[in-house]
Amino acid sequence: MITSQESIIIKTLSRFLIPFIQLFGLYVIMHGHSSPGGGFQGGVILGASFILLVISFGYDEVKKRFSKRNVMLLTCAGVVLYGAIGVVCQLLGGNFLDYAVLPISQPRSMGMLGIEIGVGLTVMAVMVSIFRDLLTY
Amino acid sequence: MKLFYLLMVTITGLWLCYGVIEMPRWGSPNSPASVHVSPRYIEQSMAETEVPNMVTAVLADYRSYDTFGETTVVFTAAICCLLILSATRGRKES
Amino acid sequence: MIWQLDLALLLLTVVCAIGALTVRDLLASAILLGAFGLFMCLLWVEMGAVDVAFTEASVGAGITTVLFVIAVFKTERKSKD
Repeated sequence: MITSQESIIIKTLSRFLIPFIQLFGLYVIMHGHSSPGGGFQGGVILGASFILLVISFGYDEVKKRFSKRNVMLLTCAGVVLYGAIGVVCQLLGGNFLDYAVLPISQPRSMGMLGIEIGVGLTVMAVMVSIFRDLLTY
Repeated sequence: MKLFYLLMVTITGLWLCYGVIEMPRWGSPNSPASVHVSPRYIEQSMAETEVPNMVTAVLADYRSYDTFGETTVVFTAAICCLLILSATRGRKES
Repeated sequence: MIWQLDLALLLLTVVCAIGALTVRDLLASAILLGAFGLFMCLLWVEMGAVDVAFTEASVGAGITTVLFVIAVFKTERKSKD
């Protein structure tokens, strides 16, 4: 079990860095269309920021935010979001995951953004979940 | 025995190198990979999907069912880790 | 394709791979595997596959190293053979 670090350098630096890492992860997910990146990479970066939080502040500090139930709920929510967009396309008269029928402007681009948010949620929660399982083994 | 393993690894490596010689040059426009469906994606993906990044267009639009399977695989990996690691701990405690 | 850069990156990749296999300390082995992932990422960038390089940098050099370090931390640090 990782306990909280004594070193003030690590604590201050990670407290300063983690918001920027999370912002970069969100940027990578949101700009997956126009620049390299996407749901998987952004989700991994978001998960890495939470792992840094655990490493620098100890598992006991962040345990209440990452209960087994919440993490599994997030994991399922990503897959369900992905599948739901596909089923919505089907209900509107298209094929499974055929975004062209969505009633919004630039439907295919927005549909891709939706499924990338789903992938990002799943991957982030999976990284935190596997790390937590290994840590509490 | 270690000499035998070294021999096997060397022979397999040389065999793979021999295979690499036959491959088309890097970035060659006449290679099989770039004459089949790639021109269609390069010419049409911007007009069809309004997304500048071609890789995302292929991953999340043309091959989105594939990506759905990939997400499910990641999800299954998390559930398997959860089950295996918790089950072993429970058996040790009892 | 700049062949000098290619040669240097490939040599460093091979050195990292052999080092990760032969070193006795498993923690050092995990870190060398992370360095291997980093050099693979630079090779992908050099070949123009930026999306693959991004994935390699975040997964191969980041998360895999952390998971291996945690696994070493939970088991043993010395290699048996």
